[in-house]
Amino acid sequence: MAPVDTAVPEAAHLAAPRGGRREPLPVVPALASLLPAGVLRPGTVVSVTGSTSLALALLAAPSQAGSWCAAVGVPGLGLLSAAEHGVDLERLVLVAHPGRAWATVVATLVEALDVVLVRPGRGGAESDVRRLAARVREREAVVVSLGEWAGADVRLTQTRCRWVGLGLGHGHLRARRVEVQSSGRGAAARPRSAVLWLPAVGGRAEPVVTAGPGAAPVVVPVAEMDATQSA
Amino acid sequence: MTHPVRTLVVDCPDWPLTAAGIGPDTPGVVIVAQRVVAASVAARAAGITTGLRRRLAQGRCADLVLVPDDPDRDAAAFEPVVAALEDVAPAVEIVRPGLCALASRAASRYVGGDEALAAAAIAAVGRGARVGIADGPFAAELAAASVVPSYAGSPGTNFVAPDRFARVPIYKVGGDAGGEVRWVVVAEGRSRQFLAGFSVDVLRRPALADLLHRLGVHTLGDLARLPSASVVSRFGPDAALAHRLARGLEERPVTARVPPPELTAQLEIDPPAAQVEHVLFGAKELADRFAAGLADHGLTCQRISIQAETEHGEQLARLWRHDSALTAPAIVDRIRWQLDGWLSGTARSPDGAPTGGLALIRLVPDQVAADTGRQLGLWGPEEALDRVARALARVQGVLGPDAVTTAVPTGGRDPGERVAEIRWGDSRVAPKPADRPWPGRLPTPAPATVLADARPVRLVGADGASVEVSDRCEVSAAPARLSVGSGGWLDVVGWAGPWPATERWWDPHTTDVRSRFQLATGDGAAWLVTARSDGWWVEAVYD
Repeated sequence: MAPVDTAVPEAAHLAAPRGGRREPLPVVPALASLLPAGVLRPGTVVSVTGSTSLALALLAAPSQAGSWCAAVGVPGLGLLSAAEHGVDLERLVLVAHPGRAWATVVATLVEALDVVLVRPGRGGAESDVRRLAARVREREAVVVSLGEWAGADVRLTQTRCRWVGLGLGHGHLRARRVEVQSSGRGAAARPRSAVLWLPAVGGRAEPVVTAGPGAAPVVVPVAEMDATQSA
Repeated sequence: MTHPVRTLVVDCPDWPLTAAGIGPDTPGVVIVAQRVVAASVAARAAGITTGLRRRLAQGRCADLVLVPDDPDRDAAAFEPVVAALEDVAPAVEIVRPGLCALASRAASRYVGGDEALAAAAIAAVGRGARVGIADGPFAAELAAASVVPSYAGSPGTNFVAPDRFARVPIYKVGGDAGGEVRWVVVAEGRSRQFLAGFSVDVLRRPALADLLHRLGVHTLGDLARLPSASVVSRFGPDAALAHRLARGLEERPVTARVPPPELTAQLEIDPPAAQVEHVLFGAKELADRFAAGLADHGLTCQRISIQAETEHGEQLARLWRHDSALTAPAIVDRIRWQLDGWLSGTARSPDGAPTGGLALIRLVPDQVAADTGRQLGLWGPEEALDRVARALARVQGVLGPDAVTTAVPTGGRDPGERVAEIRWGDSRVAPKPADRPWPGRLPTPAPATVLADARPVRLVGADGASVEVSDRCEVSAAPARLSVGSGGWLDVVGWAGPWPATERWWDPHTTDVRSRFQLATGDGAAWLVTARSDGWWVEAVYD
């Protein structure tokens, strides 16, 4: 039995017809410059490669705004980290091991939930992925894919990263400065890139502010920290 | 303990023997610890009394039948008697198997008097039982106990006790059509006079009764004449209670047994159905019946067990929960989801897909609460929650109820321990308090990936030798290179540790000493690795 073949037509009765279109979902300010119009458009697939934190940061603002999120097939998701990013755990649903019903589960969840975090390539044939993308577009949900998703609307890739706070035998991981590149289709076709703290001190994603006193976040690079400690 | 409630008592004498199927004409006894605790009429006629040793009893009656003591049997056999009595009057209290009481005033008015009620109760309960009606359960029980067949006059007539001063008789007795006296009704307000003739032994306080006898207080009438203050000061509070009883006052009110409403509904499918679609119509009718049964009792059900059975006896039972209340359409949905997953074999049931057609569906309410009504929001969070709950219930139907979880922060030290996953539908209660100090807790930020199973890694110093951690938490060399799985070597550009976490140090069998390290490698990645007695393990990745 091909899961999607049965799941998609059957699921059609589930959701009551939505009156009107879903609103675009907000994102944290640090990521706004990477996305067309600075929002998560409903009905799109965003693929994230190279960083789980980046995916969690994408979930944070919608979750804070009251959206329901799900993670399907991501058994190792750092839930504490999710909470630190601002994801409301009360509205985060986990289906850690969907097995071969992966496509059915995702198709069911996009009916009702706003953001679904998935790790594709496990039990999902390419045809399943295409059908799912069509369903996501129709139901106007947002799918965040950890890893490549063929035909994703927006592709976010973490290219460079550097941790600060950890010395040789002292300190601890405090913050990470990353560079993220964005590409995609349609409005997202123009490549963009941004440098941000992911996470900043405290666990959230923050934009890197290069100038101005009192600019957030306050992160002391390793070399300076060593200097202040020895002083 | 104020005004005695008019009470009807139904007494089935020698109930343990009746429950065991021994009639009054057969000599039989119930034995506990080698002593007689109950004896039938025939056995008593042979001289067997309660408290007699088993050997002596057998000596007095050669063909004595011995019955083991079984309170469960007695209680189960008494249930039909109570049910029959509930047809006459509601709210029956079972005092013990063989004896039950009910507040009789309303029922008595309904059938037209205490005598009519007593006759109706006798007719409902059947032969062997005796009925007493009086003010308060104590007097009523004695009234029932004072029913003796030999007492009788002619059938259907009332025996009026002679009382020179009363215009109304103290009590009336009556019988059934067979001519046996079966009930005693004590006139209202005359319980004290009725009780006056009984021995103080009926108070079931042997020590007190013994003392009273020696003091020359032989009957309840004698006791009732004593001033209550003197009784309390001389004999104590328990005697004061006995004094109240002797005066025809009440010890305690009758509390009603609430009959358990029959809320379970089931549907038998004949011929057995191979597909869910074939039973949907019946399932809808079943759900309507179930919901109507709940509504009749003013109840609502928040959790329901749907039990399905095939013609081969395979069973699948699942609990379904709903945040507000399960309506009939919602129940039908859940029946379909559960059976869909089961019959198609996608659900993770221990036996896999069933081999036979579906023969039975049963709906059992699991959490029932009073229906307080529910106002749905026109839109907003409630509507969203409803939609989400439906979708998740469907996923649970496909994968099983444990497959869908939500997270709740809890107490712990490692990143994986500080969040607990709870099955969707169960209440979000943290298993351990999160707001206590957990020494050794790792600093923020938390790793974005927490491996469910730690993976072995190799961590070596600059000299290529594996890094060791001593008992005193000293590393043998600064970590220089890390190899994860079968991957190549990564240069360690930053490290911190060891951060020891010793758990359950007080128990040598379960104690667990871990030394955690944070490592940053040259490719920009960061790791949480642990030194254990069996080597180095990566627990989480800061990606």
